[in-house]
Amino acid sequence: MLSRVAERIYWLARYIERAENTARLVNTYHFLLLDMPRGTKVGWHILPYIAGSSELFNECYQRQDERNTVKYLLADSINPASIVNSITMARENARTSRDELPGYAWEQINELYIYTRDNVSTALARRGRFSFLTETILRCQQLTGLLAGTMSHDLRYDFIRIGRNIERADMTTRVIDIGAMSLKEEDEARAHDVHVWTSMLHALNAYQMYRKDVQLGVHCEDVVGYLLQNNYFPRSVTHCIDQIEESIAILPKYKDPLAQLRATRRRVDKIKPATLTAESLHKEVDQIQIGISALHGQICSTWFE
Amino acid sequence: MAIDWKKYDPNGCYDELISTPGYARAAARNLTAWLRKLSDEDLQTRKLDAELAIIDKGVTFTVYSDGENIDRAWPFDIIPRVIQLKEWRRIETGLKQRLHALNLFINDLYHDQKIIKDGVIPASLIAKSKGFREECIGIEPPHNVWAHICGSDLVRDSDGTMYVLEDNLRVPSGVSYMIENREVTKRVLPELFENNNILPVDDYPDQLMAMLQSISPNKRTRPEVAVLTPGIYNSAYFEHAFLARSMGAELVEGIDLVIEPDGYVYMKTIKGLARVDVIYRRIDDSFLDPETFNPDSVLGVPGLMKAWREGKVALANAPGCGVADDKVVYTYVPDIIRYYLDEEPIIPNVPSYRCNIKEEREYVLANLENMVVKPANESGGYGMLVGPQSTAKERAQFKRLIRKNPRNYIGQPALSLSTAPTLCDNKLEPRHLDLRPFILQGKDTYVTAGGLTRVAMKRGSLVVNSSQGGGSKDTWIVDTEKR
Repeated sequence: MLSRVAERIYWLARYIERAENTARLVNTYHFLLLDMPRGTKVGWHILPYIAGSSELFNECYQRQDERNTVKYLLADSINPASIVNSITMARENARTSRDELPGYAWEQINELYIYTRDNVSTALARRGRFSFLTETILRCQQLTGLLAGTMSHDLRYDFIRIGRNIERADMTTRVIDIGAMSLKEEDEARAHDVHVWTSMLHALNAYQMYRKDVQLGVHCEDVVGYLLQNNYFPRSVTHCIDQIEESIAILPKYKDPLAQLRATRRRVDKIKPATLTAESLHKEVDQIQIGISALHGQICSTWFE
Repeated sequence: MAIDWKKYDPNGCYDELISTPGYARAAARNLTAWLRKLSDEDLQTRKLDAELAIIDKGVTFTVYSDGENIDRAWPFDIIPRVIQLKEWRRIETGLKQRLHALNLFINDLYHDQKIIKDGVIPASLIAKSKGFREECIGIEPPHNVWAHICGSDLVRDSDGTMYVLEDNLRVPSGVSYMIENREVTKRVLPELFENNNILPVDDYPDQLMAMLQSISPNKRTRPEVAVLTPGIYNSAYFEHAFLARSMGAELVEGIDLVIEPDGYVYMKTIKGLARVDVIYRRIDDSFLDPETFNPDSVLGVPGLMKAWREGKVALANAPGCGVADDKVVYTYVPDIIRYYLDEEPIIPNVPSYRCNIKEEREYVLANLENMVVKPANESGGYGMLVGPQSTAKERAQFKRLIRKNPRNYIGQPALSLSTAPTLCDNKLEPRHLDLRPFILQGKDTYVTAGGLTRVAMKRGSLVVNSSQGGGSKDTWIVDTEKR
């Protein structure tokens, strides 16, 4: 299998997952902020920060208000991770590796591209936002299902799985980070904790599964523990890492990426959520993100270069 | 009833299926009889079935001027074009003869140039040829073959004579459509395959693979073959992917290949570097290697020419073989056949006038409205003048162009191309067509059974190129003697 093909397939999966995750995050945040009292410090400005691009955002926009943030995250061509850009890039990767994918996958991606391109402007105002984001999420999930159900689970599919799960793990850590930041800024108003963490669960589609599993109500340490360490929830960091491990282990030359992956996994295992402060939680999450990014680097240098 | 063959009138042209009104040629008899029994509705249904099959199979081609929409469904007419096996055997021999002679010619040009020394071809012709590559002088490719894959365009005049119109030796395309056309026809007209002896065409990928492996410069039980494509935006990308897939070869782009310090070519795979022995390149010479040719090319591979010259990798077709794919050189092919093979050409050339020779140029200029004028180095039907359908303004423009650069043009009398019944809006009407068979030469020589028939879908039009609104047909070589 050509390195170029592997790389394109990997990025295709990452971009689709990224678009879906961003859509869900914005959707959840939108509803969270509607519940917050006026004057609260939890605000839209956190989202570009979390996406790792607050500097770029601040360069382009003077006001960190709702409209600008949403535009930046959904539609902006300047933001490489905006939904529209992610889907455009996913389509470009699919187009140039079309012969490796099931025929319907290409059509599906193409339709998704046309849908987001033509409808994203409706999501900038509050009224049209929900339906645009929900539709985008559904279409992304449809594509993920289509690939899982119609493509041979051979080496090609391994790169899809690796891409999808690395993006998921990354997003989960970012969502936990939003929670941590909200705690930090809101120490006078811990009463909102439960809203914030509930939203974070929603942002990862985890609320219902969490309630079934934990049954204790929504508390910071339980949510963090669940999102980091649960073995069964498909977006928990541990689960994503295990999925990547399964795929990596059957590829050639897996030694270095596997070592990096296991180091990150050990780091996640060691975290004791009950003992964390807002400060130390943020630091831990940061370290996991560094581990994930190092894993991406290993994947690139091992198989793509 | 879809058709009354007595009312079908090819208007003085040779028709491939019908000899005189109401009478079919021997090889087409089963087909025309079956068509006569078909109702209009039935014919339409079959046509829709074919269109659906083409969309389902994703058979597409690209038109450069089409903006965002890079893939169009392949235009296909369901009525096959039929040729009798006996006639085809003769054409086949003629095509092999032609390619053998052309390869001897190219090899001679890059070595002793005996043909020029013996005065058969003027030296000026080669000196001014765009396709002649200094870098190729003295190279000895395996089997001394330069043009491994050739697509020659054949046309038939009103008296039934088959002529070679041109030889495409650079990166001829269309063979995948030949195979897909047959697949579609088998789906929509299955009844006809039971009672006719129609030669199959789908062995081409095997033949191509065998030929490519036979030119490997490296001893290996299974030489590694790769198809080098310029990528998704190329008009023939569908075919590149099709051929790679059906040969089981990797489809690579320039960025996938690298020349290592040992001088060999490798492709980058997830397992590491894998050596490539033979590259079926579908990009033009000038983009092949930025170190040797166009330095701006991002499609090619730096150092590829050096690897080829050192015999570390085979390129098909070999660089520099475009020297024989030149419309002026074409006019000398009959002499080339006589010179190298000491044989008479089996398939004649279309009579041609060379604008670099004064008397012939004056004839072309004086008879523009009856001539087809072609530039020496273009393909795809671009930049030519079809005299009978031209305006006075276009003719005046070509007069200027020819006077300015006579070496770049040839003129040919406008032939009345043969026709075949074609389904146009519910009715079968005669449309003009040509035929592009594909010839392979490596250790052995092979000719496709038939080829790609291209048809001008507009009434009276002689332009069959798919980039200019042409369509295509399945081509049947029918054995009428075996029952």
